[in-house]
Amino acid sequence: MSDDIKKIMFTVRNAPHGTIYVYEGLEVKLIMAAYDADISVVFMDDGVYALKQGQNTDELGIKGFEKTYGVFVDYEIENVFVDKQSMEDRGMTADDLLVIGEDEDTEAPIKPKVVDASEIAAMMAEQHNIMSF
Amino acid sequence: MLHTVNKSPFQNSTLESCQRFINKGDVLLLIEDGVYGAVAGSVKSAIVEGAIKSGTEVYALSSDLKARAITNLIDGVQITDYAGFVDFVEKHKTHSWL
Amino acid sequence: MKLAVCIYEGPYNHEASDSAYHFIKAAIDKGHEIRGIFFYHDGVYNVTKLMEPPQDDRHIANRWSELGATGIDIVVCIAAAKRRGIVDDVLVDNVRISGLGQLTMMAIEADRMVTFGD
Repeated sequence: MSDDIKKIMFTVRNAPHGTIYVYEGLEVKLIMAAYDADISVVFMDDGVYALKQGQNTDELGIKGFEKTYGVFVDYEIENVFVDKQSMEDRGMTADDLLVIGEDEDTEAPIKPKVVDASEIAAMMAEQHNIMSF
Repeated sequence: MLHTVNKSPFQNSTLESCQRFINKGDVLLLIEDGVYGAVAGSVKSAIVEGAIKSGTEVYALSSDLKARAITNLIDGVQITDYAGFVDFVEKHKTHSWL
Repeated sequence: MKLAVCIYEGPYNHEASDSAYHFIKAAIDKGHEIRGIFFYHDGVYNVTKLMEPPQDDRHIANRWSELGATGIDIVVCIAAAKRRGIVDDVLVDNVRISGLGQLTMMAIEADRMVTFGD
């Protein structure tokens, strides 16, 4: 049965707020999480900016999404990865990353996993389909 | 894997960045403004030259090349059409580097 | 092979819609099944019958409608459409508005998914 569950990867490569791609892409992830699919999300290039903690869009008058990312784990979106080099190229470190949920037992915050391009490339090759969001 | 790139390397770093995620045996297909990456003798030619050198098969879409009057391609860049594009998709999983 | 195609950009403004169309035509010519076409982001503007391009230009919405008439499932995302004022009344024939669940099913059921966008 579990062999039938398809691996679907999302790649997030756009910065947040300047365009709607990241926001509408998030809507797709939340819907798809309700289906029988093995989902992973990879943030790379300017997409890593979407994971920066402390975003406040109040003055822009647009709905932000840091809070929604904060419940990824509750939606069973647990395989969330960040490309290490994209992050470092932009002067960000793992400390800058927002929280995507908390550990059920210890309540410790869970953050996206920082991985190398080679690990991402290997994961990409295993997917049933990859969606650019 | 098939990787499609549709941005000019002069516009943003997509072409450069996607190289880091290309495995051996993958195909890189340049479409739309991405075909500017296949032009020989530009300051960005080194990106595609490097990809070819490291064993990536690089293709450019003929209709996009013709529309942009591009004839001077980097050595080793191959030309394909939409039928070829479909064949690549049939053979490989695809990631569109949008 | 079953293929699904996503289109994220509006017509005329961006080449994505044309690229997707040429790709789909070539795939059909080769005997592939198009599992579905999904319009998202500004892509939802591709299938409004309100567009009226000059006579000597391609009519993008009609082109999608003709593909839909061959039985291909063409879906416009309801959330993206409503946000942009695209509703059933303005759609060309042979295209439907539905939810992101449709995109999910395409991603799961299609052997390959190809995305055209910015």
